[in-house]
Amino acid sequence: MRAGWSETERNMSESLKFHFDVNGSSFTSAGQASVQVKKSLRELGIPAEAIRRVSIAMYEGEINMVIHAHGGEADVIVYEDRIKIVLNDHGPGIPNIELAMKEGYSTAPDNIRSLGFGAGMGLPNMKRYTDEMTIETEIGKGTCITMWVNF
Amino acid sequence: MTVKELSELSGFSPVCLPEPEREIEGCYCGDLLSWVMGRASSGQAWITIMSNINIIAVATLCDTSVIILSEDVALDDGVLGTAEARGVNVLSTALPTYEAAKELSALI
Repeated sequence: MRAGWSETERNMSESLKFHFDVNGSSFTSAGQASVQVKKSLRELGIPAEAIRRVSIAMYEGEINMVIHAHGGEADVIVYEDRIKIVLNDHGPGIPNIELAMKEGYSTAPDNIRSLGFGAGMGLPNMKRYTDEMTIETEIGKGTCITMWVNF
Repeated sequence: MTVKELSELSGFSPVCLPEPEREIEGCYCGDLLSWVMGRASSGQAWITIMSNINIIAVATLCDTSVIILSEDVALDDGVLGTAEARGVNVLSTALPTYEAAKELSALI
């Protein structure tokens, strides 16, 4: 994980955008982007429950990218009353989204399970904590997950 | 009850208490981090046997008031340093999770 902002800017629609590169080779430091986002959203005065939902959904996404896709990119865009999270990777894609969305279904290897992950809760948690989630995936190309949290 | 009061009144040993005045509001027990993240609430004490660096991220994101390491689990120096830096309180006990939860429940 490369910590810190690689981009922080206000664009023309007055939204605030944060961009992170998620380093897929560093499993134990996964979560730095989520923790940083939590801190920044708190400084912006976003309601606590919305911050909690965004940061948990993003952390699950980070972990998934590290486990399955050798990393990727995370973008968080803050609007007036909602937050958009976009997670992009160039991993193997998800062959069966319906199955992947089932609580308890996991394709994570044993070494990941020994760290307390791979319980098959990643995507279900992301859906649970967000108001809207869409998954675009292509086998061999990668996955893009877009989530919205309203507040 | 605050985390500091818990550390004084219980048999739990302080590992690091960067935010000792955090109020404890209930308890969650669990070792599967994604499961914990889906269910633990802000302010709860979290009892676990996991000790890797990811517990600090989970505690930070869930905003739990304290991690209680059961079964004499210890943190390595790197994890401890991260807990201090991120303001994550950690206590430890030799008790198994169930017994630790019972002791906590009797006090809060």
